Amino acid sequence: MVSVQEILSGDRLSLARLLSKIENDTSDGRATLSELFPHTGNAHLIGVTGAPGTGKSSLVNQLACYYRQPPENKTPKRVAIVAVDPSSPFSGGAVLGDRVRMRDLAGDPGVFIRSMASRGSLGGLATTTSGVVQAFDSAGFEIILIETVGAGQAEVDIARLAHTTLVVEAPGLGDEIQAIKAGILEIADILVVNKADRAGVENTERALRNMLNLSQPAKRVYRHHGTLETVPSPTAETPESESAWVPPIQKTVAIDGTGASELGDLIAQHKTHLQKTGEWERMERARLQAELENLLQITLVSRWRDALSAEMYENVFEQLIERQLSPRQAVDELLNSGPKS
Amino acid sequence: MSETERKIRVLIAKPGLDGHDRGAKVVARALRDAGMEVIYTGLRQTPEMIAEAALQEDVDVVGLSILSGAHMALAPRVVELINANGQDHVQIFLGGIIPDEDIGKLEEIGVSGIYGPGTLMDEIVGDIRKGVLGEKAK
Repeated sequence: MVSVQEILSGDRLSLARLLSKIENDTSDGRATLSELFPHTGNAHLIGVTGAPGTGKSSLVNQLACYYRQPPENKTPKRVAIVAVDPSSPFSGGAVLGDRVRMRDLAGDPGVFIRSMASRGSLGGLATTTSGVVQAFDSAGFEIILIETVGAGQAEVDIARLAHTTLVVEAPGLGDEIQAIKAGILEIADILVVNKADRAGVENTERALRNMLNLSQPAKRVYRHHGTLETVPSPTAETPESESAWVPPIQKTVAIDGTGASELGDLIAQHKTHLQKTGEWERMERARLQAELENLLQITLVSRWRDALSAEMYENVFEQLIERQLSPRQAVDELLNSGPKS
Repeated sequence: MSETERKIRVLIAKPGLDGHDRGAKVVARALRDAGMEVIYTGLRQTPEMIAEAALQEDVDVVGLSILSGAHMALAPRVVELINANGQDHVQIFLGGIIPDEDIGKLEEIGVSGIYGPGTLMDEIVGDIRKGVLGEKAK
């Protein structure tokens, strides 16, 4: 059993061991996490996602440096980094290489980097990532940077976990059609165009800006007679749209740190926006409710399955194979005559 | 709910100044294919960086690749730091060009396996499994 007191007092070895127990989903890990739960809810969770090779790890490195050595008027924050890389679907093994880009952070006791393998999960995170994040939160890390698996178009779990989601793009990856597809770009709170020293960066920026213009029709103002008179767009402006967050686009060069402090400012602005509009509490509620629903389902199913006799299951399954029952009828049959909870 | 099968976690690191990382990458890949989770740290790591990474990642095994000839300076320092962090259960192995006369001394200070050119991957995988599972049984 990992001591809760040691985690709260910042013991790094105990924390590292607890993270393994959470990853392996042991009963010990679950119990400790439950005890730590009252101490969570203080960290700002920042997700970093984007296609492989866009520079997510290097950007996380720069952001962590920014939080450790902020501009003069701010105090340094403790930073935890959770970096997820894919597991092999064949061997279950993984090569976790995100630390390679984070060597600037070595030797800093205010930083803790943990690599995670996705272990078969498909949403860009591992199923236990939220538990690992909770452990860091309870251990007093104020900023938690969560780097997803190199994501394509549909790995959007991060938006549910993080308060602020950065989607990292790089020049030369896609055109305007890619930019209007549903999926990963929609979850961005801040769009980052990394490798901004490369050719073609203007095109990438323009495509993203056009995409944003299409997705924020209520914010549009049409100009009548040139610039003489502004006319509100036909879609009615609701009071809420006044406070709507329009994802800004920030250009960065993660290998030399260009744009990192501007990005840090944008992240702070987004946090202020969330808190001012009440969105922060709404997100928190939604996230905890989703977790509750998810655990409820898993627990109910496994309890019910444990109570169900193998004989009855086999019997119904045989009828299904014989096509005497449809899959849905088989479920009804089991629920009606199986164990009652 | 069944508890997920425990994964063996390995840190592969290159301490010192030589830039030959092909061997380290081949071993990382082979361990991946054997179902292990391999944390790869890249080139030019100091012993302090390696020990810190081993702690944060809570690894079972640390593999060092050294082809610079500085193994008698680097390996003992890594062993010392990892033990000082309270991770004396961690298995440490070494790959690279290691002269025969140094092997005994390295084993004495706690390096559990030394693998030169021509080592079969199965041998490394087998030794790690045996070491970690033996450690678990203790």
